[in-house]
Amino acid sequence: MIKRFLDLEWKQFTRSASFGKSLVLKILMLFFALYFVAMFLIMGIAMYPMLKKVFPESDPFVMFNSFIFFWVLGDLVVRFFFQKLPVMSVKPLLTLPIKRKKVVNFVLGKSALSFFNFLPLFAIIPFGVTLIVKDYNVSTVLVWMLTIIIITQINNFLNFIIESLSAKTELSFLPIILLAGSLFALNHFQIISIAETLSNGVQAIANNPLFLIVPILIWIGLYLYNFKILRNKLFLDSSLKTKTQEVNVSNLEWTKKFGDIAPFMQLDLKLLWRNKRPKSSVWMLFLGLLYGLFFYPNPIYQDKEFLFAFVGIFVTGIFLINFGQFIPAWDSGYYKMLMSQNIKYKQYLKSKYTLMTLSVIILFVLSIPYVYFGWKILLAHFAAAIYNIGVNTYVILLGGSFNRKKIDLNQRAAFNFQGTGAVQWIIGIPLMLLPMGIFAIFNFTFHFEIGILALILLGVIGIVFHQKIMKLITKKYLDSKYKMIDAFDHDN
Amino acid sequence: MITTTNLSKKYNTSQVLNIESLNIPKGQSFGLVGNNGAGKTTYFSLLLDLIQPTTGHIKNNDIQVNLSEDWKPFTSSFIDESFLIGYLTAEEYFYFIGELRGQNKADVDALVSNFEDFFHGEILGQKKYLRDLSKGNQKKAGIVAALIGNPEVIILDEPFANLDPTTQIKLKQIVKDLAQKQGVTVLISSHDLMHVTDVCERIVVLEKGEIVKDLVTSQETLKELEAHFAGIEKI
Repeated sequence: MIKRFLDLEWKQFTRSASFGKSLVLKILMLFFALYFVAMFLIMGIAMYPMLKKVFPESDPFVMFNSFIFFWVLGDLVVRFFFQKLPVMSVKPLLTLPIKRKKVVNFVLGKSALSFFNFLPLFAIIPFGVTLIVKDYNVSTVLVWMLTIIIITQINNFLNFIIESLSAKTELSFLPIILLAGSLFALNHFQIISIAETLSNGVQAIANNPLFLIVPILIWIGLYLYNFKILRNKLFLDSSLKTKTQEVNVSNLEWTKKFGDIAPFMQLDLKLLWRNKRPKSSVWMLFLGLLYGLFFYPNPIYQDKEFLFAFVGIFVTGIFLINFGQFIPAWDSGYYKMLMSQNIKYKQYLKSKYTLMTLSVIILFVLSIPYVYFGWKILLAHFAAAIYNIGVNTYVILLGGSFNRKKIDLNQRAAFNFQGTGAVQWIIGIPLMLLPMGIFAIFNFTFHFEIGILALILLGVIGIVFHQKIMKLITKKYLDSKYKMIDAFDHDN
Repeated sequence: MITTTNLSKKYNTSQVLNIESLNIPKGQSFGLVGNNGAGKTTYFSLLLDLIQPTTGHIKNNDIQVNLSEDWKPFTSSFIDESFLIGYLTAEEYFYFIGELRGQNKADVDALVSNFEDFFHGEILGQKKYLRDLSKGNQKKAGIVAALIGNPEVIILDEPFANLDPTTQIKLKQIVKDLAQKQGVTVLISSHDLMHVTDVCERIVVLEKGEIVKDLVTSQETLKELEAHFAGIEKI
C-alpha cells in the first residue's frame, strides 16, 4: 500500500502543470540543501576544538549539551517557517477500501523522513566521532547521539501539532513566536532554568541508557496525538467542508478615486481580507516591519551600510514580495471568467501595481521611526522604497506571467495547510540581493550618497517609463494567456 | 451573428472538434447536444477565446474572437463554477460583473430584482459567500450574472444540470423570453434532450467533434433525437 501511495505522489509531482517550474525550484532547493549540509558538517567537525578554545575550563561535551535547549527552540522556529508539511489529497481515498489508519501513518511516516530531520545528523555524527576519538566512553556517545535523533523527531512532530493548530488561527505564526518567546524568556530570566534541566537530562541519559525511555515515550505520545488529530480530519464533514463564514461587508468607496481600476482594487482588497492565505501575507507586514530591529540596535552593523539597503528593501517591500509573487495565481480560481469578461489586462495589472505601490509607501512611512538609529537609515529606506516602486514591482509582475500554479483559496482539501515553504522565500532573494549589490558597489567605490542616488535613479527611471514597461508586461501576459488558463484549470 | 469557418481543434494528434461551417443568426436560441467528449465545451471555449483553434476561426458579430477583444462587451457566458468568485457574496459578484460591463448599482439592482422568483429567496441577502452556497444556488447566481449588462450573445454550458425541477422550468421561460422578446442570441449546451427541444429553435448534434445533425425544432424533433442517441435510427 505504501508503494501505491508513493506512486501517487510521484505522479502528482511529475504530471502537475507547473512541473517544469517546480523542477527548477527543486534543483535550486537541492543546492540550498547541500549548502546547509556543508555548513552543518563544518560545524560538527569544528565544534570540539572551538568549544575547547572558547571554554578551556569546561568539558566540551557538557558544554554542547547546555546549548541543546537553544538549538531545540531555533529548530522549532525554523521548521515552522520552512518545513512543508506533507500534503496528500485524501478525498478520493476516503470511499476506497483503505484503512484510514494507513493513510495517516503514511503521512506521518513521510514527515519523519523530512530533510530537516537528517540535517542535524551531519553535525552530530562528526562531533560524536571526535568525542570517541578523544577517549570518551563509546557507549555513552552512541546513546547520546540516539537521544539527539529522538529529540529531532520530537521536534518534527511537535512542529506538526503547532502548525495544524495554528493553521486555524488568523495570525498563524503568533503561537510559535509566543511559545518560543515565552520558553526563552522563562529560561533567560531564570524563572525556570529549562536549558539546565534539559542539559542535565541529556547528560543523565547518556550516562544511563535506561533513561532513554523518557524521550521515547514523549516521542510516541506526540506521534499518537498527531495520529488522533489527523484521524479526526479524515471525515468529509470535519475538514473537507468549510464552515460557513459570516460575511463582513465594507463598501470600499475610497477606491473610486483610482478611476477605472477601482473594481479590481475592491476585488483585490476583498481577496486579501476574506481568504486565509493572502491574509497571512498582510500579517507578515508587521513581522517584516520589525526586521530592522535585528540589525540596527547592534553596534556591529552600524558601519555596514550595504545592509541598510537590504533591510530597506525588505522592510518596505515585504508585502510586494509576499503578495506579488503569486500574481496572477491569486485569481486562478476564476481566471477563465476574468478572461472572458469585458476587461482589459492593463487595468487588471495596473490594479495590482497600484496595490503594491501603496503598500511600499505605507510601509516606508511606518518605518520612519528607524531614523532613531541614524539619518542614513532613513535615507537608505527611502531609496529602497523608490527602487521597490520603480523596479521590483515590474520584476515581480513580469515573473507572474510565468506563473502556472493554481492557488486554491477555498482550501477544502484536508492536510492542505498551504503554509510557507522554503520556496516562497527563494523567489524573494534576487529582489533583495540585486539592489543590495548595486548599492554596495557604489557605496564602496564612491560614497554612501552615490549609492543611495544610484538606487533612487533606477527607481525613478522605472517610474518615468511606467506606461512603456506596463505595455511590455501586458503583452507578456497576453502571450501566455492560453497557457495560464489551461494550467489554472488543473488542480496541481 | 456567429459564423464559424473551418474550425478545428486538435490535441496532439486527436481531433476533438472539426466544424466546416456553422452560422447562427441574431436572435436565435441555439442548442448544442452530444455525448461526453462530443466537443460542446470545446466549441464554447473557442468561442470565448479561452483556447486556441488549430485551424479556422469564429467571428462574433464580424469580429474574429482570437484576434480582437471587441466582442467581449456584448458577449457574456457562464461555463462552470470557476466563473464565480468564491469570496464574494452574490450581490457583490453581481455588482463586480456590472462594473465590468458598465452598469451601475441601480442598473444591476433593477435587473436582479426581476429574478427574485428564480432565486427562491436563497441567493440575495443571505450574508453568505458564494463558495458557501450549494452547487445549484451557485449555478443560479452564475446564470443571472451572465444576463447583466444587456448582452447580445449569451453562452450557457449545461445550464440545467444541478438545478431543481422548479428552477429548470423557470430557467426555460427566461431563456425563451431572451430570444423571442429581446432578440438575444442564446447558445445552450445540454445532455437533456427534453429541455433543449423545449427551449431552442434550432438544435445541432455533435458527435466526435463533427456536426451530424442540424435540426429546426418541431413536434418530431425530440423523437428524432431520442432515436439518434439510442442508436436505432433508420437511414
